[in-house]
Amino acid sequence: MTFLGLNERDTRFLLIVVALTMFTPFLLQPFAENSGLAQFNAGYPDLMQRFAIYGIFAIGFNILFGLTGYLSFGHAAFLGVGSYSAVWMFKLLSMNIIPAIILAVIVSGLFALLIGFISLRRTGIYFSILTLAFAQMSFNLAYSVLTPITNGETGLQLTLSDPRILDPESITNSLPSTSLFGLEMNDSAQWEVFGRVFTFSVGYYVCAVIAIIAFYISLRIFRSPFGLMLRAIKTNKTRMAYTGLNTRPYALAAFVISGMYAGLAGGLLASMDPLAGAERMQWTASGEVVLMTILGGAGTLMGPVLGAGFIKYFENIFSKINDNVLHGWFAFMPDGLEDALITLIHPFVGKGWHLTLGMLFMLVVIFLPGGLVELGQRIAGLFRRRKAEDRSDDGSKATTPAE
Amino acid sequence: MDAILLQVLNGLDKGSAYALIALGLTLIFGTLGVVNFAHGALFMIGAFCAVTFQKLLTLSYITIDETRTDFLGNPLEVKSPYVEGWFGPETGGAIIDWAVPLAILFSIPVMVAFGFVMERGLIKHFYKRPHADQILVTFGLAIVLQEIVKYFFGANPIPTPAPDAFRGSLDFGVLLGFDPNAIIYPYWRLIYFLFASFIIGAVFAFLQFTTFGMVVRAGMADRETVGLLGINIDKRFTLMFGLAAAVAGLAGVMYAPINSPNYHMGMDFLVLSFVVVVVGGMGSLPGAVAAGFLLGILESFASMNEIKSILPGIDQIIIYLVAIVILLTRPRGLLGRKGVMEE
Amino acid sequence: MGILEVKGVSKRFGGLKALDDVNITVKENTVHAIIGPNGAGKSTFLNCLVGKLIPDTGSVMFEGQSLLGVAPHKINQMGISRVFQTPEIFADLTVFENVLIPLFAKRDGSYRMHAFETVENEADIIALAEQMLIDVNMIDKRHAHSASLSRGDKRRLEMAMCLSQSPKLLLLDEPTAGMARADTNNTIDLLKEIRDKRDITMAIIEHDMHVVFSLAERITVMAQGTPLVEDTPDNIKGHPKVQEAYLGGH
Repeated sequence: MTFLGLNERDTRFLLIVVALTMFTPFLLQPFAENSGLAQFNAGYPDLMQRFAIYGIFAIGFNILFGLTGYLSFGHAAFLGVGSYSAVWMFKLLSMNIIPAIILAVIVSGLFALLIGFISLRRTGIYFSILTLAFAQMSFNLAYSVLTPITNGETGLQLTLSDPRILDPESITNSLPSTSLFGLEMNDSAQWEVFGRVFTFSVGYYVCAVIAIIAFYISLRIFRSPFGLMLRAIKTNKTRMAYTGLNTRPYALAAFVISGMYAGLAGGLLASMDPLAGAERMQWTASGEVVLMTILGGAGTLMGPVLGAGFIKYFENIFSKINDNVLHGWFAFMPDGLEDALITLIHPFVGKGWHLTLGMLFMLVVIFLPGGLVELGQRIAGLFRRRKAEDRSDDGSKATTPAE
Repeated sequence: MDAILLQVLNGLDKGSAYALIALGLTLIFGTLGVVNFAHGALFMIGAFCAVTFQKLLTLSYITIDETRTDFLGNPLEVKSPYVEGWFGPETGGAIIDWAVPLAILFSIPVMVAFGFVMERGLIKHFYKRPHADQILVTFGLAIVLQEIVKYFFGANPIPTPAPDAFRGSLDFGVLLGFDPNAIIYPYWRLIYFLFASFIIGAVFAFLQFTTFGMVVRAGMADRETVGLLGINIDKRFTLMFGLAAAVAGLAGVMYAPINSPNYHMGMDFLVLSFVVVVVGGMGSLPGAVAAGFLLGILESFASMNEIKSILPGIDQIIIYLVAIVILLTRPRGLLGRKGVMEE
Repeated sequence: MGILEVKGVSKRFGGLKALDDVNITVKENTVHAIIGPNGAGKSTFLNCLVGKLIPDTGSVMFEGQSLLGVAPHKINQMGISRVFQTPEIFADLTVFENVLIPLFAKRDGSYRMHAFETVENEADIIALAEQMLIDVNMIDKRHAHSASLSRGDKRRLEMAMCLSQSPKLLLLDEPTAGMARADTNNTIDLLKEIRDKRDITMAIIEHDMHVVFSLAERITVMAQGTPLVEDTPDNIKGHPKVQEAYLGGH
């Protein structure tokens, strides 16, 4: 069974991803509403949208970093540019998200072409610093001189007086919401069953479908001769050149593609919530996508998505855990022990989420350079070996390439 | 003329901080070959050494003064620092007033120890790994350090004043024969510049005139050969890391009165310091120092109203702009050596 | 008229004359070795051939086209492949992928990117790659991670990558440097096979006399940046000037 130009294994892989994405509202809502574990649910439209959107961002970043090894520290700039473009489209043209997203991808692609063309004249750490410098410049400019376009510190927002030339004149005094040919993004249906509330939001499914397409494109790139060349750039640029290939156009193509992915993510962010602020372009935001990709597993297909989901999920959960919640969990312990344990955990939860993230990230870089995907493979390998030992087979080591 | 001089002076203190951080970054990069993204965090920790030291000095015990009452009519609680109790109010008060300069003594052992632990515990394992891995792990460390500081000291900047004696400003213009008030320069900034110059001078003298420094310089030029000579380069490199940490820490301690320390100051300075290192030339110590001052002064010029009115926003981007132009036209930076970080 | 003509090439580094009026002609379908003691300027000479260094004077012509200052990928497309002193392969990729890349490069040129084709559907390229690995006797290692290969196998793989593009001229920079005896002999055998079976010109820079005399059809002896003699291996053996260059002070 093959389709869309994928072989059997990749087709199965894609179908699993599609299924997981479609059933996310169920999968992330495993606990009953009134149970103590309800706080681990993540089936809220807002959070699920972020999974999909940051998944797209990380998939795109991975095409650059995972394949070519060029570590960009400025990818948030493209995300920000995408958001600004989308909001402008909502202000000027229409609340339909399609033109907004298209413009976001085009503008960020052009911006990536410009920055990539200059930055890729250097490699290694110089490249990282150049991208960082460009992104910080964009951030600073968005805050200061470009205020007419970006609305400075306040951020770009919709107003009632926006022209929106394609939309019918509305008489209401409230701001319109973003839509896809009449389907409003913040519309949702709820289904209550077994004490669980499942929310199916239009916004999430729009993001999910786009994320699947984005994933499919990245899958095709990974399997293509182009993808092979990108991996070749990462491992040996000298041999690449003496093989008759010019590395720069290849790296630039990867840079622009990943910039367009970032722009798409930015456009989607604005489509879900029509705001755009300069802080989206700050270098900490660029750092976040690096974290996601590495944590999940750079250079693998699923890794970045896993990393994005992991970070966004635990960011949400950890920030909700406060001392009261902890007391609730450890109530069964003797008081002294309970207090000691809570004092110990306290710095890592709630506002301390970044501390946990930083430590986790260090541990991954030190012990698990392949990220969560490598962890999964190691565990799977362990089971496989045990099975093989049970059957006392000759233990043919199946080295599956990274998924 | 006086306006130009004023901008040069204004750029000196920030330039000094850039130069000191960049110097440490370059030392670490040149000797150990490690790109240390946690170096800004060392600067930040230095500043918080000053904060901590000041807090320690002002630790107080509470006595109840029966003769006075507070606004509720209760006997007044009087807080008096232990230091004043031990040394008497005069001396004790002076010690508290001089907390920031005194914190230098306090911070040197702290920072050196910190550097040792960091090098032995983490960095050592990354010598053979790719630069990207070094960047990533030190980036993670920087996040962890800044979050720990945030946990203990909160997210708000903590004012850490300079001693009273240095709180005023020097009318620099008068000394040079300009009009009074043409060039007003705060004493502490002047002291910061002198201090930074002294540290830079000391580091260079140390590298130039001691055997240790000679080995380090040789190691920066050609690590393998020095290793072949049977010199235990690893041990010296650990010391080097401690030294670089101390330089960054001292830069932070003395910077505390200029800008109230906050937990993200390290990251803010790090990004710029990396740009400084790259402009100066990766692996070149004089380059790092020169570029630090140069960019600090350029930044100060760019923030002049006359210039901003022609090129709005230039003050925000000047450093990055210069870095981009330099990287594209002189890939090795102003004073960079051949073959550093090149493929 | 040779395939590679080097005329009057000189190169100085500061006060040091690395190359001094070098004239070498490599004839088509020969194996031409350039030998000489350390510091004779062999490496500088090679770097001038591949555009890495630009000589101060003189010309380097390949089939009538100048190679001076031409980018490596363009030199490759003119039909020149290069084998490095330490094998330059794509260490993170499998042996098979290593051979695929030059085949794609040969077919598509430096710029055409096939992002929406799938590698495993490229039957013709795959067949060529398999044949190439059979030719160098590495087909059983096709799935191996190439970083894990032995030094000799890495060299074999690098050779396969170069040969898969059917170059007109193969430049070899000390192909057996740092190899154990067995690997060296292995490599010599491989090179002999290539010499005998393919229409290819080889220029070898080499230190090891054993390698040179088992392979070369023509030898140039260099000393102090300038060619001393050029002749057949039999005539080079025992040539007084060669003895002098190798034993006299350098």
